Amino acid sequence: MSEVNLGDAPFTMTIDGKRVEARPGEMVLAAAKRAGIAIPTLCEHKAVESFGSCRLCMVEVTKAAWKGWKGLMTACLYPAAPDLIIETQSERVLHVRRNVLDLLLARCPDSTLIQRLAAEHGVQQTSFSVREQPDLCILCGLCVRICESAATSAISTVKRGHHREIGTPWGGPPPACIGCLACAHVCPTGHITFEEHGATRAIWGRSFELQRCAECGAPLPITVEQASFLVERQALDASYFSRCESCQRRATAQTFGRLARWQKLGLTQEPDARQEGGKR
Amino acid sequence: MAETAQARFASVEAFLRHAALLKTSPEATQRRVLVCLGTGCMASGAREVAAALERALAALPAERRVALNLCMKKTGCHGFCEKGPLVVLWPEATFYKGVKPKDVPELVERGIVGGEVIERLLYVDPKTGKPVEKYGAIDFYARQTRIAMRNIGLMDPANLDDYLLRDGYQALAKVLAGWSPEQVLKEIEQAKLRGRGGGGFDAGRKWRSCKSAKGTPRYLICNGDEGDPGAFMDRSLMEGDPHGVIEGMAIAAFALETREGTIYVRQEYPLAVEHLERAIADARARGLLGERILGTDFSFDIQIARGGGAFVCGESSALMRSVEGKVGEPRAKYVHATDKGLWDKPTVLNNVETFVNVPRIVEKGAAWYASIGTARSKGTKAFALTGKVKNTGLVEVEMGTSLREIIFGAGGGMLVDGPKGAFKAVQTGGPSGGCLPESLLDLPVDFDSLTDAGSMMGSGGMIVMDHSTCMVDVARYFLSFLTDESCGKCVPCREGLYQMYRILSRIAEGQGTEADLAKIEDLSQAVAVGSLCALGKSGPTPVLSTLRYFRHEYEAHIKEKRCPAGVCKALITYSIDTSACDGCGACLAACASDAITGTPKKGETFQINTLQCDKCGACAAVCKRGAVAIS
Repeated sequence: MSEVNLGDAPFTMTIDGKRVEARPGEMVLAAAKRAGIAIPTLCEHKAVESFGSCRLCMVEVTKAAWKGWKGLMTACLYPAAPDLIIETQSERVLHVRRNVLDLLLARCPDSTLIQRLAAEHGVQQTSFSVREQPDLCILCGLCVRICESAATSAISTVKRGHHREIGTPWGGPPPACIGCLACAHVCPTGHITFEEHGATRAIWGRSFELQRCAECGAPLPITVEQASFLVERQALDASYFSRCESCQRRATAQTFGRLARWQKLGLTQEPDARQEGGKR
Repeated sequence: MAETAQARFASVEAFLRHAALLKTSPEATQRRVLVCLGTGCMASGAREVAAALERALAALPAERRVALNLCMKKTGCHGFCEKGPLVVLWPEATFYKGVKPKDVPELVERGIVGGEVIERLLYVDPKTGKPVEKYGAIDFYARQTRIAMRNIGLMDPANLDDYLLRDGYQALAKVLAGWSPEQVLKEIEQAKLRGRGGGGFDAGRKWRSCKSAKGTPRYLICNGDEGDPGAFMDRSLMEGDPHGVIEGMAIAAFALETREGTIYVRQEYPLAVEHLERAIADARARGLLGERILGTDFSFDIQIARGGGAFVCGESSALMRSVEGKVGEPRAKYVHATDKGLWDKPTVLNNVETFVNVPRIVEKGAAWYASIGTARSKGTKAFALTGKVKNTGLVEVEMGTSLREIIFGAGGGMLVDGPKGAFKAVQTGGPSGGCLPESLLDLPVDFDSLTDAGSMMGSGGMIVMDHSTCMVDVARYFLSFLTDESCGKCVPCREGLYQMYRILSRIAEGQGTEADLAKIEDLSQAVAVGSLCALGKSGPTPVLSTLRYFRHEYEAHIKEKRCPAGVCKALITYSIDTSACDGCGACLAACASDAITGTPKKGETFQINTLQCDKCGACAAVCKRGAVAIS
């Protein structure tokens, strides 16, 4: 993503007065993280591409090469470059951050994550009008992006502006959903909820059967749809998800036990190994 | 149609021969009846007028028709939509406005056949009160310099030969006859053409950086997603001069050495889509688009992508996502579109008006173009002049023309007489532009002067306001538009503009405090620097500019709980001035909430029950004696 070809050699830049090493193609946020400099984020996750929507990771960038030009940039999307001077705590940065958190607190007053972050920035209570019937969704879009990259694009953002929300096709249960829970897992505020009872899992208004162990019948932590999706996408053996963890462990132990017995008898190979083949 | 049936031009020479022949053909010297069929005139009944004219002209005896050497042309928008439907006789340039189908027989008999001037259909100059006959003598047109809109209204946009008669595709032929792509690039750079879509970025520089970026193919996009309420420059250009857009794009494509172009048009512009599709098909059929244009090695084609009408899709990165079939949301521009744009390939995106200027620059030279305008803004700019001025419509003037010249020259001055009708502010730059006060009327209009004054050029919206407009209400209106049109991706724009709207509403309702003013200023700064794209970054401009120039009005709302313009409902009361009331009873009939009491009788007067009154203003609107007072 870098603007100019920087080659492969690492280079240095300054973050909060500290010389920090960065690699070509890397974003400012990644370099800062590696150097142990904390920049708050809400819409960033290592499993998906940066999005730049929460604006919390804004930093003040000074470009020496551009006669000291200064600007506020999102660290998650701004490409690291040699000799950049980055300030993560300047007054302008903190001003935007405070306002963003104040606004999010008005949107999601019950989110403990937002409450904590806001308090860290001196915002104990929102100074804006609190949304009517607030929920915990901060619209970071992580769920949508993880569904796109790791699953089936079953959900999307819908509507515009203040009416924007995370939605499903025509507001109904999303037909493409495989119940993998990736969305719920990445949701930073716990807005996306699901339920699991016995061998069924419910999310987004849909109910999924969990894959069962072929040996003991116990439910696996994966839905039938998810199993077949992963088998197809990763080109796995169809029986890949057929045993639960303890049955798998037992089967492995039994195999080792058998092998040990035969080795004691001086045999190098299990006589019926070929019939056993095919399982992992 | 005849022209599509004609053969492809096999070479540049064949094209030039045809164009030269056309100029000596009977068509070139025909008298023309130009009927405007732009969207505005169509809405006021131009289609019926055109049909009646067609019938009346066809009914003339054959030898008469031949002797008159007449043809009727359905043209694009003349820009003076307010006075439509418009009919212009050419070359004598007689300008008729407000023509109705019932006027057609007289128009044909006396006006066209008889050669008389029909006075009652002429435009009346509001300053002198006298009718004006000639197109060019009307202030609205006389004060304009038309480069981008040079062809609109004077030809049939659906007829390629008509475009050729106006020197169409000459610039493309000139380029193909021996220019190098580098030469075209240099020409545009030297002309200092800046993008007309809003940002005013140097077009030559944009083309240059796209060309030096890594990756192929390169893409060319024309942004026809004009979203500013009240602005219709680009629509008129696409409707009225589609070949001009195509030619400009083809020249750009030649410079960039790209084969693929896209015009992004909003679906709400059906006529623009229709005319562009037609023009593209015609140009292809004649060898002016497609494979091996005019027999040279240059190939280029254009497809049309239709937008759903989201304001944010006029933002270039959102537009590109929309073309790709994704949700139209902007993305950070730390990596420029010229490096990674459409499908992550180097892309040049310019707006319609920018492309239309290109053939003229090639034709007349960069030096000519650069001689027009101001030091840093060259050429002309089209504005959609609306609001409380006498002449509303499309005005194209040289860069550096003062606001006063536009509003009081071409615009003909303020619409309403008296103190209430006096000039108060002009809003430029569309919904996220700013309001400028009377003290800045002599500001020469260009990209930089408007930005310095706290507003912006935008795509060229210009709304004139008088003293019946409340600036708090104006800021609140634009904020409500932007709140709805924000895509909602980033927090400052989505939540920030909404909260600004809430604060403004409080002030307009008389619930505002001085702390609110400080709060909205503080938040405005955060939204302006913190937002992801230009929509959010410029979103606070209506608030900041009105605070800068009309702070006293905010203060009147807050401290005195008073709306000086008499607009904000919560802060005004209606009453009847008994000395002026003659008891006609018009207000009684107009009131929908039974708030007016009294008997309609000479000598009687009426009262308004303020508790019952819902402040709709209907009584004030119907009172002929101005007896309804607002305080």
